[in-house]
Amino acid sequence: MASSKHTAYEEMIKGLWRDNPVFVQVLGMCPMLAVTNSAINAIAMGLATFFVLVGSSFLVSSLKQWIPKQVRISVYIVIIATFVTVVDYVLLAMVPAIHKELGAFIPLIVANCLILGRQEAFASKNTVKFAIMDAIGMAAGFLLAMFALGSVREILGEGKLFGISLFGDNFEPWVIMILPPGGFITLGLLLLLFNWMTERKQAFVAQVAEAERSKAS
Amino acid sequence: MSTQLPIQEKEPSSTTLVAALSIAGFLSGIIIIAVYLATFDTIAENKARELREAVFRVLPGVSQMQKLRFDGEELVVAPAEQKDDEDTIYGGYDDKGNFVGYAIASAGPGFQDTIRVLYGYQPAERKVVGMWILESRETPGLGDKIYKDAVFVANFDDLAIDPQIVTMKKGTKSAPNEIDAITGATISSKAVVRIINEGHAVWDKRLPRPGAEPRLAIVQPESEK
Repeated sequence: MASSKHTAYEEMIKGLWRDNPVFVQVLGMCPMLAVTNSAINAIAMGLATFFVLVGSSFLVSSLKQWIPKQVRISVYIVIIATFVTVVDYVLLAMVPAIHKELGAFIPLIVANCLILGRQEAFASKNTVKFAIMDAIGMAAGFLLAMFALGSVREILGEGKLFGISLFGDNFEPWVIMILPPGGFITLGLLLLLFNWMTERKQAFVAQVAEAERSKAS
Repeated sequence: MSTQLPIQEKEPSSTTLVAALSIAGFLSGIIIIAVYLATFDTIAENKARELREAVFRVLPGVSQMQKLRFDGEELVVAPAEQKDDEDTIYGGYDDKGNFVGYAIASAGPGFQDTIRVLYGYQPAERKVVGMWILESRETPGLGDKIYKDAVFVANFDDLAIDPQIVTMKKGTKSAPNEIDAITGATISSKAVVRIINEGHAVWDKRLPRPGAEPRLAIVQPESEK
């Protein structure tokens, strides 16, 4: 929850790393595992989610006085679904090739618990400015995680990044990486890496504090 | 800075709740209709262009096309704006308006979901001259080679359709009606072949005898652009 000492900048930056929606909160796993079989799909999905999350957070936080508490979830879903439908049509009109690949997963953005979660936990309780900052940070963190997973899987699974061949013809693609098990394996390893880094950082901070204390005494 | 909602002490009446949801739904509906109308033309144009490109790809040497429809008895020229159904195919014609071949869409189950295939057919030689996947959700990396693998697609560039197309293990095709399957995607490869065979079974008896194909209608809105 935002306390008064938090700045808008902190609200934004927290989603990128400290409270990363994927690596820390483990939210939005469906698109995370389903559409990260290539970097470009991952980015397209990340951007679609970005637009929906920022748009919904803006609307929910500006309309919060008029939304009765008892029907708030339904209203949030209506707002989110509206943005998702807009994204669906716009993608279909602007980039039909990407829409073909993501097709079935675009409507599922409605059910992405990351988006509804931010409305319920943050946007409905904070000012418009903070809600937008929070949404931008969270969506950017999600996009970052999508891209990390998508690029690892595409590089290993097809030997390519953004469709550009990286290793020449002798590379035998690890087909499993672009199949569903590859998604789980990659996500598991990235979560391991993330937790290990967090742990090391905490140990380092504790060590520094210890050293400061012994110096002072 | 956080502005906590004041705790609502009195329960709002059901009318308020219904009104709130109705207003939300109404506004949402307006927005969706607006976006639908704004993107409708572009989407229809994209689809038409995609189909036109696919027809030109499966029928080499074609520069004009028109919609043909089986009306229950014979194949007739259909207006371009008519909606496609399963009785619709496309006739391909060269620069001078001579008939080249048909582009026939056929669909069937693949490994994951329905695959829609467009294939070019030359009735005079009874040959498939091209294949293009219109729609598929085959496994990325394996099944999607039915349209990403140029070698597999090239199988269909000059393929006898009689008695029927047969899928062979990769590297073992020998007869003109055989194709090489994709290693690791046998089901998808066989599905494409089965879909074309099924399409041919339906259309073979509907098509007029070679030489009696519908002529190119003069009004051709698609080639005017």
